[in-house]
Amino acid sequence: MSLRSFALPRRFATAALLTPPLAWFLILYVSSLALMLITSLWSVNGFTGLIQHQLTTSNIQQVTSGAYPSIIWRTVLLAVLVTITDVVIAFPFAYVMARVATPRVAKILLAAVLLPLWASYLAKVFAWISILERGGALNWTFQHLGLPAPNLGFTNGAMWLTFTYIWLPYMIVPVYGALEKIPASLLDASGDLGASSWWTLRHVVLPLALPGLVAGSIFTFSLTLGDFVTPLLVGGANSTLLGNAIYDTLLTGGNLPLAAALALVPIVIMVGYLGFAKRLGAFEAL
Amino acid sequence: MRQRLLRSGQWLWVSAVLVFLFGPIATIVLFSFDRSNIESWPIRHWTTSWYSVAWHDATVRQAFVLSLKAAVAATLLALVLGSLAAFGVHRARFFGRDTISLLFVLPIALPGIITGVALNSTFQWAGINLSLWTIIIGHTTFCIVVVYNNVIARLRRTSSTLFEASADLGASTGQTLRFVTFPLIATALVSGALLAFALSFDEVIVTTFTAGAQNTLPIWIFGAIRLGQQLPEVNVVVTMVVVIMLIPIAVAVRLTGRDTMSSRV
Repeated sequence: MSLRSFALPRRFATAALLTPPLAWFLILYVSSLALMLITSLWSVNGFTGLIQHQLTTSNIQQVTSGAYPSIIWRTVLLAVLVTITDVVIAFPFAYVMARVATPRVAKILLAAVLLPLWASYLAKVFAWISILERGGALNWTFQHLGLPAPNLGFTNGAMWLTFTYIWLPYMIVPVYGALEKIPASLLDASGDLGASSWWTLRHVVLPLALPGLVAGSIFTFSLTLGDFVTPLLVGGANSTLLGNAIYDTLLTGGNLPLAAALALVPIVIMVGYLGFAKRLGAFEAL
Repeated sequence: MRQRLLRSGQWLWVSAVLVFLFGPIATIVLFSFDRSNIESWPIRHWTTSWYSVAWHDATVRQAFVLSLKAAVAATLLALVLGSLAAFGVHRARFFGRDTISLLFVLPIALPGIITGVALNSTFQWAGINLSLWTIIIGHTTFCIVVVYNNVIARLRRTSSTLFEASADLGASTGQTLRFVTFPLIATALVSGALLAFALSFDEVIVTTFTAGAQNTLPIWIFGAIRLGQQLPEVNVVVTMVVVIMLIPIAVAVRLTGRDTMSSRV
């Protein structure tokens, strides 16, 4: 019997292809997310340290009171700041890549962005510790220029700089993708109709680049919301972020239900943000 | 004149961003040759001896082997599951297609700590001890998307007429797969696998919640920096991680260029 006679109806073949990956995601990932949601409604027995499977909203209440709201606020503020800084740095760079550089140069620039994007995360974090610490290259440079040493090491400023650096390629890539798709004729038309290059940038290029900017910000935002490594290693005394709160609660405090409740915060923020991004058409820009 | 000023301003910006992107990585590499125990800029005395120290460090070696095992296993699993997912979604014509597609991307769209805490809840609830396997499960979950994105990007750009022509000329499903589909997506598969490997080899956030007391190389690096111990060795190890990752990444960029960017972004 030839293989051909086994040719299944299209729908069965598609289902057969999707079953293993879907099973993996549903059994391991989605059900884990669901379990985490339920866990956030459980509690830990103060004496035995065991999880009590009785529903309570005490964790949720704890997240919305005490020290946590200010930590959440700091995390969101930093994520916004990092995102804005990355947009400002990335946009002109991506613009040159997409609209000014020759295809050959654009290709080289793309590789130059992709290599640091994929380069080791911890290497990049450690690099910034070395650069920003007291005897590091930044202070040295400032002193040789006759300026006061910024002493950025182990501060919130260091955290902002490190995040901005590490997530920058995640912003450049989708913005480049969006800018590159704009047909040249559109810009020519705008110019021919008497628009200044500034007007064209503001009213033609920027709206068309917006999905790319939003796509990039999904990553800069999401990655900042859940990170505990950068705050712990390059941050200072007041650098506790949401990620650190989750990390400490689970791994130091052993309180899984509270950690699960805290983990709901980035989920809520990101689901809201992804919904907003979908409306702006950011997923087509990916 | 104004135009020329603008142009030079643009290229100045590009150069500055390139220095910003590569400067820190270069610093790390330079410091790995610093003889001093305590880092300070500029480097005064050079040595390669920390490389030998790191090479002979049994803890580092064990961590390296664990990372390698996890990365290889996660890559193989992701390669199978990711390409099945890509073929399935690409063929699918039904309503839930976008939802399924979003599901596969979710582990990198949501913060990694979510995946970590969620899997940790499950392992605790089910009484599963954290082991190499729990690391592999975590890594596979976020590596699938890398392969998926690479393969589906290629499938979308491949005209379906090629497969129809193959069938019209009498090829069986197996023959079309072997002689038409596979050669068309081979580089996307290789690139996806290489990137998945790089992603797994370097991952620290999900691993923190799925490794328990075991040290992968990134977990070792994280611990050493946090405790401020063995920093000259950290410099060497981190440099080696960059080099080990750079090779597969460079090959992937070369193979699939544009699609490399959509694998993680």
